Amino acid sequence: MYDFAYHKPATLADAVKLLAADPDAKAISGGHTLIPALKLRLNRPSALVDLSGIAEMKGIRREGDALVIGALARHVEVAENAEVKAAIPALAYLAAHIGDVQVRNRGTIGGSLANNDPAADYPAAVLGLGATLHTSKRKIAADDFFLGMFTTALEPDEILVAVSFPIPERAGYAKMKNPASRYVMAGAFVSKGPMGVRVAINGAGPCVFRQAAMEAALAANWSPEAVAAIKQDPEGLNSDIHGSAEYRAHLVTVMAKRAVAAAG
Amino acid sequence: MNVVTPFEGIGARVKRKEDLRFLSGRGQYTDDINRPGQTYAFILRSPHAHARIAGIDTSRAAAMPGVVGVFTSADLAGIGGLPCGWQIHNKDGTPMAEPKHPVLAEGKVRHVGDPVAVVVAETRAQARDAAEAITVDYEVLPAVASMAAALAPGAPLVHEGVPGNICYDWHIGDAAAVEAAFARAAHRVTFETTNNRLVPNAMEPRCAVGEYDAATGEHTLYTTSQNPHVIRLLMGAFVLNIPEAKLRVVAPDVGGGFGSKIYHYAEEAIVTWAAARLGRPVKWTADRTEAFMSDAHGRDHVTRAELALDAEGRFLALKVSTRANMGAYLSTFAPCVPTYLYATLLAGVYTTPAIYAEVKAVFTNTVPVDAYRGAGRPEATFLLERLVDVAARQCGFDRVELRRKNFIRPEQFPYQTPVALQYDSGNYHATLDQALAAADWAGFEARRAEAKARGRLRGIGPSTYIEACGIAPSAVVGSLGARAGLYEVGTIRVHPTGSVTVLTGAHSHGQGHETTFAQLVADKLGVPIAKVEVVHGDTAKVPFGMGTYGSRSLAVGGSAMDRAMDKIIAKGKKIAAHLMEASVEDIEFERGIFRVAGTDKAKSLAEISLAAYVPHNYPIEELEPGLEETAFYDPKNFTYPGGCHVAEVEIEPETGRVHLVNFTAVDDVGRVINPMIVEGQVQGGVAQGVGQALLEGCVYDEEGQLLSGSMLDYAMPRADDLAPVSVATHTTLCTHNPLGVKGCGEVGAIGAPPAVINAVVDALRDWGVTHIEMPATPQKIWSIIQGRTR
Ligand SMILES: Cc1cc2nc3c(=O)[nH]c(=O)nc-3n(C[C@H](O)[C@H](O)[C@H](O)COP(=O)(O)OP(=O)(O)OC[C@H]3O[C@@H](n4cnc5c(N)ncnc54)[C@H](O)[C@@H]3O)c2cc1C
Repeated sequence: MYDFAYHKPATLADAVKLLAADPDAKAISGGHTLIPALKLRLNRPSALVDLSGIAEMKGIRREGDALVIGALARHVEVAENAEVKAAIPALAYLAAHIGDVQVRNRGTIGGSLANNDPAADYPAAVLGLGATLHTSKRKIAADDFFLGMFTTALEPDEILVAVSFPIPERAGYAKMKNPASRYVMAGAFVSKGPMGVRVAINGAGPCVFRQAAMEAALAANWSPEAVAAIKQDPEGLNSDIHGSAEYRAHLVTVMAKRAVAAAG
Repeated sequence: MNVVTPFEGIGARVKRKEDLRFLSGRGQYTDDINRPGQTYAFILRSPHAHARIAGIDTSRAAAMPGVVGVFTSADLAGIGGLPCGWQIHNKDGTPMAEPKHPVLAEGKVRHVGDPVAVVVAETRAQARDAAEAITVDYEVLPAVASMAAALAPGAPLVHEGVPGNICYDWHIGDAAAVEAAFARAAHRVTFETTNNRLVPNAMEPRCAVGEYDAATGEHTLYTTSQNPHVIRLLMGAFVLNIPEAKLRVVAPDVGGGFGSKIYHYAEEAIVTWAAARLGRPVKWTADRTEAFMSDAHGRDHVTRAELALDAEGRFLALKVSTRANMGAYLSTFAPCVPTYLYATLLAGVYTTPAIYAEVKAVFTNTVPVDAYRGAGRPEATFLLERLVDVAARQCGFDRVELRRKNFIRPEQFPYQTPVALQYDSGNYHATLDQALAAADWAGFEARRAEAKARGRLRGIGPSTYIEACGIAPSAVVGSLGARAGLYEVGTIRVHPTGSVTVLTGAHSHGQGHETTFAQLVADKLGVPIAKVEVVHGDTAKVPFGMGTYGSRSLAVGGSAMDRAMDKIIAKGKKIAAHLMEASVEDIEFERGIFRVAGTDKAKSLAEISLAAYVPHNYPIEELEPGLEETAFYDPKNFTYPGGCHVAEVEIEPETGRVHLVNFTAVDDVGRVINPMIVEGQVQGGVAQGVGQALLEGCVYDEEGQLLSGSMLDYAMPRADDLAPVSVATHTTLCTHNPLGVKGCGEVGAIGAPPAVINAVVDALRDWGVTHIEMPATPQKIWSIIQGRTR
């Protein structure tokens, strides 16, 4: 990696100040996306602003009808948290199946969402549950947050602080892993609850997206069979040596069916 | 007295001595070695598959902080190319094309990753920073990234002097006999397949540290090698012109090789040369990305085969035509892999009387290809064992019965095949029967029906394989083009108080030699393994050696040790006869005790060795003091492990995903020294075989960019990709080495791939699927069954 300065602010306000003062500075949470990129010299930040000491970004708590997860919550914490398991077991399941043990012990929900890798897991849950993203500046609805491949509504000096998940009646997640990277090749997060019926598809396209036809079908009849016949258009989907757009489109249906079955 | 309790000799399931060191992080790997004043090398590699270098400007780099040297091929004048250790001859008797393999690119780059320049600096980061400041003026040329592209008429040439990109066009066998047999055959079966290109991926990336002592003129190279003496010979004699006596090569603990660390690589020569030039030690350590584009790859064959059978299913003849990818340059042993390690195995375990094979080796703009675990034999086995399943299906034979009918029978050994080899021993019927029983072959249809009820497609596949290892006799391999002998060296040093140091020319990089070899000593000399130290991997300590590959360490290296122990015993008997005032003929030796036959007079090995080193009462007129013996063992033949593997899989038809649910291996590896180590070797090999069958595939795009250039895109097998691997052995002894051993390092990687693919194809039999190329990825299976109906 190239040389960089390192800061570890204790408050959100200080962190924002550091990022605002230097356009080439970058936030770092678990480092499990950023550090590999630095090692490959794909990224050349002037400074790293380590968020891990900021207390207000930590913790998982129930607030009324919502589950609020601090951006610094590591995947393992979400996977093992009793509140999460009770309120949204599909979310705990998703977190428990990200990467491997080392990744889950370091990677954070905030880092994953800010990065918005098309093959990441969390974006599907956030969009599929209609969560709200709390930042250092504002609140952003999930539907407005994920803008495109590795792109979100976050501004350069804006820090993701917490995610508020409305608790659904039922929710389920299923994914097909890329055989090499084990990131998502195609996944579906489905839910029914205060935010209506939602189907979010990750891995298949350049950015997580909602599958409207499946949502309509499930609203009418919540069952795996309801989505089984709905075909995803391969146009615009990702294609690589592991899966063509056609294969991914096919998997979208299969994973949606499995997710509904898992949701019960 | 040295009585060994508990039993630690041949056959004992002794825990590995080396594991305490490895599991507690106290192994000493090349990258753990740091020499005073050490500098770091970074190698600038070509981003293009094929380009002319119009110029290189290193001036900015040379001025960067910490830089102590920047070198290109212009600085290496007088240094030889990397040598190739095996020369194959064409059908017409002319030698293969052997273009120069420069240490650093000379005027042209020929694959992504080809080394272009070296920066040496105080730190690794400074070296890398400076390398980014080098400007290389590339004129990009059209590349040939596949054999099909390289063989197309008018294709760009990888080497100007090699027309048609053909390295050699070789053949073996009796074409006329094969044609005659085809003419009278009842059945003819054609099968075409690609043996997928693999990236070895040892856990430890390659590393090399060069050091030069100006006061003595001695060079030292620490390197991740499977054969330090071979590197000393190749690099000293052919590249850098350093006499052996002034060059020490050390291969300390090595974290896996699988063949990829046999070869002499440019980086070894670079650090050795640069250390002398700069007067400071130089270290180079590959990262994983570099490993993908600079370690020799494996496999990469395209083959068409035809099998002729009579009406009863007896194999009459086999005709094989293979194209083998050499990559951009000839790696050290590349030419022998698709010839003498492949085509000579095409008889398999069968009595096919006539075989003809032709092999074209092709240069492409890709990383050089060389031996990878199994080397040639997995390619031959995959071809044959798929072909037999295809033939059974096409001609309506039961695939197990078809195998049985064509097996070489136990009483036919020694068996001369039509493709040069003479198998010494084996019992293929026994290994087949044992494997079918262990895998509950008979109960399979019930399991298939049960799986179907769950929506899964279940299939089962056999593979009855043979391999040749412990490659052998030097005179024979010499006549086939090897530019080296293939014996092994063992020294047994009995110390004054009876402990033993073993010096072996074999090299352990995961195989557990320190345990297995100590067990040989425990068994024969009666010394507890705690008192046996096995030394390997250092040309300054071990007299000589050819290293470890081709499952040769025990069969060849162990036999050398056994011979050396014979010499120890013979000398010990003379000393014992003197001490006990008996005649030498009356001395018996068993497990550490010299005894006068028929009496209770006895001396332990420790007593004898003490007498040898403190020769106060000693036959000094006839015998030299000391108790140390060396043997060079040149094998009489290859050894021929064989056996039967059975894979069972389930497929999710919706996604095409294959789950391996059962794997049974019954191997004949000859005499088993340590069953636990054999099981580990077989399981590891099976894991790699399953990897080749289901997951691993090295992919280049048409421009020669490596698409599977990291673990993100190259799928290695992980624990949950595997099933429990049940390992059993059925032993027939090797008849020509003193230990009766055959070798177990490669059997898993050889036997497993066709078993897995046979199972996958069997699972899809109702769809009319006859073949699936490796790796059988979910996407591939899904696309094949797309649109087909049951
Ligand atoms: C081997 C491996 C396998 C993996 N497998 C998976 C997988 O299967 N599924 C999956 O979803 N992920 C996977 N990941 C990614 C992993 O989950 C990452 O940890 C995660 O994507 C990023 O979280 P992080 O805390 O490590 O972020 P970091 O690496 O610290 O940061 C990532 C990016 O987000 C920014 N950032 C971080 N925190 C914030 C914040 N609070 N506000 C604003 N910006 C912020 C950083 O500036 C950076 O650009 C894998 C990673 C590895 C190394």
